[in-house]
Amino acid sequence: MVYTRDISKQMKFKPTEILTHLILILGVLLMVLPIWFSFATSTHDNISIIKEGMKFFLGDKFSENYNEVLNEKGGWSEEVTAANMFINSFIMAFGIATLKVVISAMSAYALVYFRFKLAVPIFWLIFITLLVPLEVRIFPSYKIVSDLGLTNTYTGLILPLVASATATFFFRQFYKTIPDELLESAKLDGANSWRFFIDFLLPLSKTMLAAMFIFMFVYGYSQYLWPLIMTTDEKYWTVVMGMKIIFTENYEGVALPRTGERFAYIILSMLPPVLVVVILQRWFIKGLIQTEK
Amino acid sequence: MSFLELKNITKIYPNGTKAVDETSLNVEDGEFVVFVGPSGCGKSTLLRMIAGLEDITSGEISLDGKIINNVDPSERDVAMVFQNYALYPHMSVYNNMAYGLKNRGISKEEITTKVNDVAKLLEIDQLLSRKPSMLSGGQRQRVAMGRAIVRNPKIFLFDEPLSNLDAKLRNQMRLEIKKLQRQMDVTSIFVTHDQTEAMTLGDRIVVINNGIVEQVGTPKEIYSKPNTKFVAEFIGSPQMNIFNCNIENGIAKIGDGQINLDKSINIQDASIGIRPDDIQINQNGKFETKAVLVEYLGSDMIIYSSINNQDFSCKLSSKIDVKAGDNFKFDISASSIHVFDNATSKRI
Repeated sequence: MVYTRDISKQMKFKPTEILTHLILILGVLLMVLPIWFSFATSTHDNISIIKEGMKFFLGDKFSENYNEVLNEKGGWSEEVTAANMFINSFIMAFGIATLKVVISAMSAYALVYFRFKLAVPIFWLIFITLLVPLEVRIFPSYKIVSDLGLTNTYTGLILPLVASATATFFFRQFYKTIPDELLESAKLDGANSWRFFIDFLLPLSKTMLAAMFIFMFVYGYSQYLWPLIMTTDEKYWTVVMGMKIIFTENYEGVALPRTGERFAYIILSMLPPVLVVVILQRWFIKGLIQTEK
Repeated sequence: MSFLELKNITKIYPNGTKAVDETSLNVEDGEFVVFVGPSGCGKSTLLRMIAGLEDITSGEISLDGKIINNVDPSERDVAMVFQNYALYPHMSVYNNMAYGLKNRGISKEEITTKVNDVAKLLEIDQLLSRKPSMLSGGQRQRVAMGRAIVRNPKIFLFDEPLSNLDAKLRNQMRLEIKKLQRQMDVTSIFVTHDQTEAMTLGDRIVVINNGIVEQVGTPKEIYSKPNTKFVAEFIGSPQMNIFNCNIENGIAKIGDGQINLDKSINIQDASIGIRPDDIQINQNGKFETKAVLVEYLGSDMIIYSSINNQDFSCKLSSKIDVKAGDNFKFDISASSIHVFDNATSKRI
């Protein structure tokens, strides 16, 4: 009896399982195939790409194309390389993510634990800034930054983007779930407000910090308009800006469009965010498994 | 001057609720005092004011000769065990216990010795490297105790620390807390809503109701001479039986029976209280009624019944043979009766 029931159970579940798996596989293909096509294409030479279009199978020009992308000097001044842009992008994204996380963790701490009268209005004021993204306030932002003489600096690239309403909101919600007894107990153990933040809130929100860092890193990395306006010096170009500019200088001549190199560049430009996610994901999952209450 | 003195302590919350009303209390050095009362009576608020976690609306608290009204909790030198233990989830047991010492600038070697000593005392020395999430309820309780003990504070505060444990563990921990307190001789205040805990733990019990101290006394005083009807009903299990009656010339009438109280008092609206174990079954008893329900508890049994439409219970040795539905006769001796005036709820 038990045996037959088991079989019927399995039979019942199979069609739906197949369906869900099909949907999932379809989703994965939808995400992965374009990237695969780009990667495969980036390993071919330009002539065959122009003749035959996008490639599905790998070619033999991997090292040449990638080497050229990283080391060839581009731009109008012929001084910047893609490697250079990667460093710029990394500095910008890392700076933005780190400062965003630190600032919003601290402001959320102030909002939740220091019950001053204006805490609620101030929180809503911060929250409202969600409605005013950088693109909307780009002229005043540019004016301020250029008045401060920060155009063509890393500070200018990073500073206007370091306040984050989203992260402040998430940290605030998280801090609110931490039981009051923990604070009280820490107080009796002689922890002042600074120690409580460092010794309790930060370690408890490890997962949160990692998640926020990932989001904010990707946000900073994918900035386009701000660095485009901010930088006139090619030394400060970022990867996303480069995508539009790099390897286009030969279009007007007789040379072939350098599609292979451009795909190689695209593939490379995707790597840093992926790496950040992969590295921090370990932390992220660790935090999820050890349910620390 | 007492070790801990509360003078006319009042707490009014911003929303106007009066949690504690003009409470005064003295606690001597090394004493174990229990605050007991129903939930929401203000006992925890009072404890938290002593710890410094709650502002005092008016009144004065002094500890060891110093007024501590405005002293920061971290500088009061008090340790508290919370109801949910409030262990630090991201720290190992060792660090949980060491954290308070670190903040006081004690050297690493000294911290290690202290933590190890206390861990041995509490039999948690095998658990020092674990995180709180890997501990059972009883072990967490011990760690919370250890965290308080290791700091060697002036006073221990316990905020219903046993209420999250199962019955067996609760009894065991109760004994251990009592033993530890004796051994270390540290002044302690224990808050509970459980009268058994209060009776067994306290050198003195403070019964609190609606923010007012109803009675302060040793467990024996509180049990044998409750000051008010509330204390009489709250302390003792099963609960004291209360009969409403008229008292004329010292004679209380319940139904057909009469009790001579040996006091010449006249009260129209009175309550007399009799503890369930002060009722004696007697073949020639003055009162007779029918047992509605009998609870068998092993050595004892409890009979639930009513007389003159007033429910009561009596606790008897289970050797006596009374079953549900049986009629039985009983007596009440005048000496075991507590008389309360219903107008004031005070003892007479």
